[in-house]
Amino acid sequence: MLNYIIRRILYALPILIGVNLITFALFFVVNTPDDMARMHLGTKHVTEEAIWKWKEEHGYNKPLLYNEAAHGFEKFTDTIFFEKSVSMFAFDFGRADDGRDIAYEIQSRMWPSLAIALPVFLLGLLTYITFALVMIFFRATYVDFWGVILCVMLMSISSLFYIIGGQFLISKLWHLVPISGYGNGLDIGRFLLLPVIIGVVSSAGANTRWYRTLFLEEINKEYVRTARAKGLAESVVLFRHVLKNAMIPILTGTVVVIPLLFLGGLITESFFGIPGLGSYTIDAIQSQDFSVVRAMVFLGSLLYIAGLVLTDISYTLADPRVRLE
Amino acid sequence: MLFKTSRSLMKKIRLQVICAGYSLVSTGLLLLSLILSGCTDIWNNPYPAADSGKNILYNVFAERPKHLDPVQSYSSNEIQLTSQIYQPPLQYHFLKRPLTLIPQTASRMPTVSYFDSNDTRLPANSADTRIAYSVYEISIRPGIFYQPHPAFARDEKDNLRYHELTVQDIQPIHKISDFEHTGTRELVADDYIYQIKRLAHPGLHSPIFGLMADYITGLREYANTLRDQARTRPGNSFLDLRDFPLTGVERVDDYTYRIRIKGKYPQFIYWLTMAFFAPIPWEADHFFSQPGMAEKNFSLDWYPVGTGPYMLAENNPNRIMVLERNPNFQGEYYPDEGMPEDIQKGLLRDAGKPLPFIDKIVYSRERESIPYWNKFLQGYYDASIIGSDSFDQAVQITGQGEATITDEMEAQGIRLGTAVAPSTYYMGFNMLDPVVGGRTEAEKAAARKLRQAISIAVNYEEYLSIFANERGIAAQGPIPPGIEGYHEGKEGMNPIVYEWHNGEIRRKSIKQAQALLAEAGYPDGISRKTGKPLVLYYDVTARSADDRSILDWMRMQFRKLNIQLVVRSTDYNRFQDKIRKGNAQIFEWGWNADYPDPENFLFLLYGPQRKVGNSGENAANYDNAEYNHLFEQMKDMEHGPQRVRIIDRMITILREDAPWLWGYHPKEFALYHAWYQNVKPNRMAYNTLKYYRIDPALRDQKRNEWNKPVLWPIGAGTALLVIILLPAWVAYRRKQQQQSITEQAT
Repeated sequence: MLNYIIRRILYALPILIGVNLITFALFFVVNTPDDMARMHLGTKHVTEEAIWKWKEEHGYNKPLLYNEAAHGFEKFTDTIFFEKSVSMFAFDFGRADDGRDIAYEIQSRMWPSLAIALPVFLLGLLTYITFALVMIFFRATYVDFWGVILCVMLMSISSLFYIIGGQFLISKLWHLVPISGYGNGLDIGRFLLLPVIIGVVSSAGANTRWYRTLFLEEINKEYVRTARAKGLAESVVLFRHVLKNAMIPILTGTVVVIPLLFLGGLITESFFGIPGLGSYTIDAIQSQDFSVVRAMVFLGSLLYIAGLVLTDISYTLADPRVRLE
Repeated sequence: MLFKTSRSLMKKIRLQVICAGYSLVSTGLLLLSLILSGCTDIWNNPYPAADSGKNILYNVFAERPKHLDPVQSYSSNEIQLTSQIYQPPLQYHFLKRPLTLIPQTASRMPTVSYFDSNDTRLPANSADTRIAYSVYEISIRPGIFYQPHPAFARDEKDNLRYHELTVQDIQPIHKISDFEHTGTRELVADDYIYQIKRLAHPGLHSPIFGLMADYITGLREYANTLRDQARTRPGNSFLDLRDFPLTGVERVDDYTYRIRIKGKYPQFIYWLTMAFFAPIPWEADHFFSQPGMAEKNFSLDWYPVGTGPYMLAENNPNRIMVLERNPNFQGEYYPDEGMPEDIQKGLLRDAGKPLPFIDKIVYSRERESIPYWNKFLQGYYDASIIGSDSFDQAVQITGQGEATITDEMEAQGIRLGTAVAPSTYYMGFNMLDPVVGGRTEAEKAAARKLRQAISIAVNYEEYLSIFANERGIAAQGPIPPGIEGYHEGKEGMNPIVYEWHNGEIRRKSIKQAQALLAEAGYPDGISRKTGKPLVLYYDVTARSADDRSILDWMRMQFRKLNIQLVVRSTDYNRFQDKIRKGNAQIFEWGWNADYPDPENFLFLLYGPQRKVGNSGENAANYDNAEYNHLFEQMKDMEHGPQRVRIIDRMITILREDAPWLWGYHPKEFALYHAWYQNVKPNRMAYNTLKYYRIDPALRDQKRNEWNKPVLWPIGAGTALLVIILLPAWVAYRRKQQQQSITEQAT
């Protein structure tokens, strides 16, 4: 397995370089270094001299990918792409265009993101699987029928509506929790309650149906018939056998997102005033801060790859027949 | 035995199934009760319960401030913080209108002396052409002290305690308050000089460096000197500006300094109200330049050090910014004179009392308008601007077109404040364009008629009514109300677009516009030369789907003249690029004044300020010799009737040439709770928090009234869940019993 993991990590390198190159190309197709300088210097009294000075200070006064004026290997290394990219592979994210340390920001902002994403993920998983199993348990009864209808209804509503509706009902009309904001220490609990509930409910429809489909597929397999023939109760069949055998597709969908929980949610963080990484990324895109955008895309890619590796490893734990070689 | 084991297992499993449905509900309810039990009577209070009843102002910021270093901060979201911390020598009077400059740290208004090229002092009334440079002499009050800060802390031997720190020393420090010792010192003239030098610092990017380098003697050369010096030093090392003299500034004594300006620049005095000219102590600059500081975001850009009424106690631009009263601040008092209506409004009740009134200001970040608005209604923010979404809920327009507060808001004790901003939003014509600008004299004359016709056709009164809830006034020229050169009524009417009718301004009829269009060579919108319909191109920045109706409306305005308007939407970068290169034909733009002088608006149409070729601020590339000449005359003149006459003539030229559709001056509507007092809107001054007053007891009382938790939904929700799950439970039991009977039978 170690060889497999090492091989996957080595495969990740060209992927990360490719992602970095694409991010770089996309960003600079839309924004030139001059545009970035103007964005940061403001719209008033901006002189060419000031733009030149800003570019020099931030290392954007070089050619993008190929430096004709340089010699030898420097034709490639004395460029914006090389200078801005290489350090990232050593996890040195550098400074944002406003001078602040990106690694410091990521460290401080990933916890609020995680504070929402992790409970939503865990509670959500528990809820969706439980409800899906209950629906299977009562399959072909009114519980299953109305459960599916409820799921379809839940998945037909926009996530933004859940947020605005939840804030309106629970915070504005009933005054039960703060509408938005974030606290310190244990005080964060009352700020997280509403976004977590909304996070779980807004995805309940689609996810419960997805798990129900997985379990339905399993329920007709031979080992289930055998278990029933042995006289096992339906609940034992479902919770012990079906759930275990459906673990591979469950793990495929869940483990891969675990590392990405650090990156937070864009809309949720924005509406609930959570100072996480999602809002950091949005801010960076709006202010054309390439350093932050590139760092966040790099981090996202890295975590996604890590998620895929973890998924593969989790297969071996869920199913002893799987071997990573 | 086996049978028994299987049965007991089944019981356990059944129990699991029963519990599974309820587990999340009970966990959620438990969590809810645990969390809420720790709260006070109000459950939705976003602030710590311990802060209730305290003299705190709750405010909002939407965009995170990029720079808090006064040499760089320029956006309103940055200035609203830096203005409370830093003290430039001058400020605007809080109550007097039109806006009046008064000393802040200065002991009196600066004196200005003029000199010729031989350094001979000239009388004040000398011709502008003789004046080679002006000298502003500024004296500051003794006895002003900086906020407590570790940069000033001294040890037993009177050495600066934290000025020889190593990276290891800084390692355990996470915020500035982690430094055990603080100190202070008196404000001196050198601190102002130090900051002026920082405008040219190679590591800083002052947005006004380019502008000031044209005025402050030697500033550009000074920037070159500093750049050369910085290149010889390792990165981020301290560049002690005290070692490098700047010819444009001079220290007279501890409390007096002079600034030398090239030629005559009367508007310079307004810049002395801005944080660009606030004092910076060299100790702070040195303190933050030590190794390891930048890695922890310890910098002047993050932790301001000032003499103002407040100091930044918490800087978390992702969530919250907290200003606390500067214990060393003293010597400023609430004004004892204002406008006649101020007495009636109770704005002089605190006359002569020491400032500031509020102990702490908490700025919370609200990126979205809905939570912001709802929290204002719940009493968790003390003031709120009114967005389009909430306008109808907050404001009603009377039959006379007057905006008043709705009954619902009035019942909550909320009051409305309105002010026309010193800003203008306009639609510009690129005068270099052959169709709307013209190349030959005949073309230019025809294009002028075309622009005049469009000026009549595009009905900005209608625009404000439909899209802005009347939050603005249709502009008669580039100068907004409250600025010298603006006239009310018939005197201020633009006779090209409007006519005076029954004592009111009325937009000219579309027939008059059509006649002008025909004179321009486009009868009924068809080119007389080519016989083809007239097509014009309107460049705008990328619009959201919501703005589509505005663009449709704009097309409709042009269609009144049978002109086809093609909207070219692009992102802001490309839009700016088009404007810089003169590739746009018609475009929209706006300007917020830096200072309340007409020069700050009229220069937007001054020929040498053209975007194309000169990279100035004149986006229309308008260039009229007479206007340019008058501008040069006007800009250096003192305020007075003679200056107003010249401004009037300039406005007449502009109206005739119509390089802009004058658009509108936005009107800002804000709501204030009953406990928020001493509020008088002033869009030029941001250092006004020191004048405001809060009644925390009234606020607490209202919050308690408005935010009583409604508990029945929790009970109803639980009951609903039970009702839903009970039949399932019964069905489960029945199923299990059937299975059991079957097992027994077999």
